[in-house]
Amino acid sequence: MAGKLKIHVDPDKCQGHSRCKSLAPELFELDEYGNAHEIGDGTVPDGLEDKAWLAKSNCPELAIDITED
Amino acid sequence: MNKPVPVTDWVSDFDHTDPRWTEDPYPIWDELRAQCPVVHTNRFLGVYMPTTYEAVKAIAYDTEHFSSRRIIVRNSRPPITQSAPPITSDPPEHKPAKQLLLPPFTPDAMKKLEPRVRAICNELIDQFIADPSVDAAARYTKHIPVRAIAHMLGIPEQDGDLFIKWIHEILELGITDEATLMRAIEEMSHYFMGHIQARKSKPTDDLISTLMKARGPDGQPLSDMHVLGSLRLLLVAGIDTTWSGIGASLWHLAKTPADRERLIAEPELMPTAIEEFLRAYSPVTMAREVIKETTISGCPIKPENMVLLSFPAANRDPAMFHDADKVLIDRKENRHAAFGLGIHRCVGSNLARMEMTVALEEWLKRIPDFRLDPAGKVTWSEGTVRGPRQLPLLLGKAT
Ligand code: HEM
Ligand code: SF4
Repeated sequence: MAGKLKIHVDPDKCQGHSRCKSLAPELFELDEYGNAHEIGDGTVPDGLEDKAWLAKSNCPELAIDITED
Repeated sequence: MNKPVPVTDWVSDFDHTDPRWTEDPYPIWDELRAQCPVVHTNRFLGVYMPTTYEAVKAIAYDTEHFSSRRIIVRNSRPPITQSAPPITSDPPEHKPAKQLLLPPFTPDAMKKLEPRVRAICNELIDQFIADPSVDAAARYTKHIPVRAIAHMLGIPEQDGDLFIKWIHEILELGITDEATLMRAIEEMSHYFMGHIQARKSKPTDDLISTLMKARGPDGQPLSDMHVLGSLRLLLVAGIDTTWSGIGASLWHLAKTPADRERLIAEPELMPTAIEEFLRAYSPVTMAREVIKETTISGCPIKPENMVLLSFPAANRDPAMFHDADKVLIDRKENRHAAFGLGIHRCVGSNLARMEMTVALEEWLKRIPDFRLDPAGKVTWSEGTVRGPRQLPLLLGKAT
């Protein structure tokens, strides 16, 4: 069984397209400029793995990393 | 002005104002892309155009060799007198100028505006829903972005027609007619100075007052000229772009009954459909000026040239998108670049997405059946913002 997924938004790459936030609002939050950050420490709760991958595959700036514990 | 010589060889002599390009650019871009990731023309004093997603992205990210100080490809390159931060800024000036504009355009701010935009759409539909046919570009899609931005700025929505006139004079006539361009800028500045002055004695709760209260990187309030420049930029960048985006989507649905029916039956597809319309019919091509010699995707790039930064062509690159030439309203992976890539990402992308979504939702609710009017002609704008400027539709079930 694979471990838990962890997401991370690279703040230097993120340009605030907010694709991640609209696809996976449970996983991302936006700051006052509309740039994204992972919620909490980025651990993806069970059941939201597909949304995490979906967000990653729609980020135009390739700013989202997903790692597996 | 002399009539331009018609193009016979697109690969070495392209012209983005040629009527064939205006009518249907996609096969031309496919031909160019098949030849080279970056093509060049001697027209307009020398212009490159990247044709692949990879080359477009490389240029958008490379602010060292490619400057935003000129963002329109024209027949002449007069000295730069008007700047419009952040769109004409390079680092390091770009970031502070942009940060001033971002907070009013977050997705949360757009949620608050959404009910007004829904009402605007319905007010417009009320005016023609009883008619058998309508030019949807003239009577629907055109008015949504101006009224929405007027509402945000806190100025009368009825003044929208004035903005449309100025933008036409600045973006289209102004390419060749300097006097009209200057007069439009003058009129627009005068109009907004009045609104700025009025808020000095009586501050309001709108975007103009927000900008007047904002502080620049030096901690000082922005000068009137800075506020004015920002207002001008928001109008010029926000209106015919979104008009085009809504119009192209409606055009697609008018000629593709299967997608229309599916979107009505499965409204949860709206978000992927909007992203797909933005990809396939991207309205906005930008420009850069080459300021240092470099290489892009193996092609040598020389100073003294402009670059036509075609996000629309990038979005049709088959190396990036499977079935790039098909419109798939349920496309799952869609890293399209319709709002740009890198530091100049469109400030208004959340606003534009909300307007497109609401405009299509309200239209489909009230007018589920419509199609292109075979007796009319769809016409497209010329130049670097592409969308339908005449969209004759027949309303109601085909009989
Ligand atoms: C469908 C509609 C729209 C499209 C396709 C679009 C597209 C774009 C693109 C491609 C850029 C990048 C420019 C570059 O790389 O140099 C841009 C920048 C910009 N857009 Fe939009 N836009 C749209 C609507 C809007 C709206 C509604 C507003 C505001 C009211 C707006 C304001 C801006 C501003 C201020 C910039 C400059 C950002 C910067 O330089 O950092 N746009 N837009
Ligand atoms: S989609 Fe990518 S660029 Fe956009 S906000 Fe999310 S992380 Fe940032």
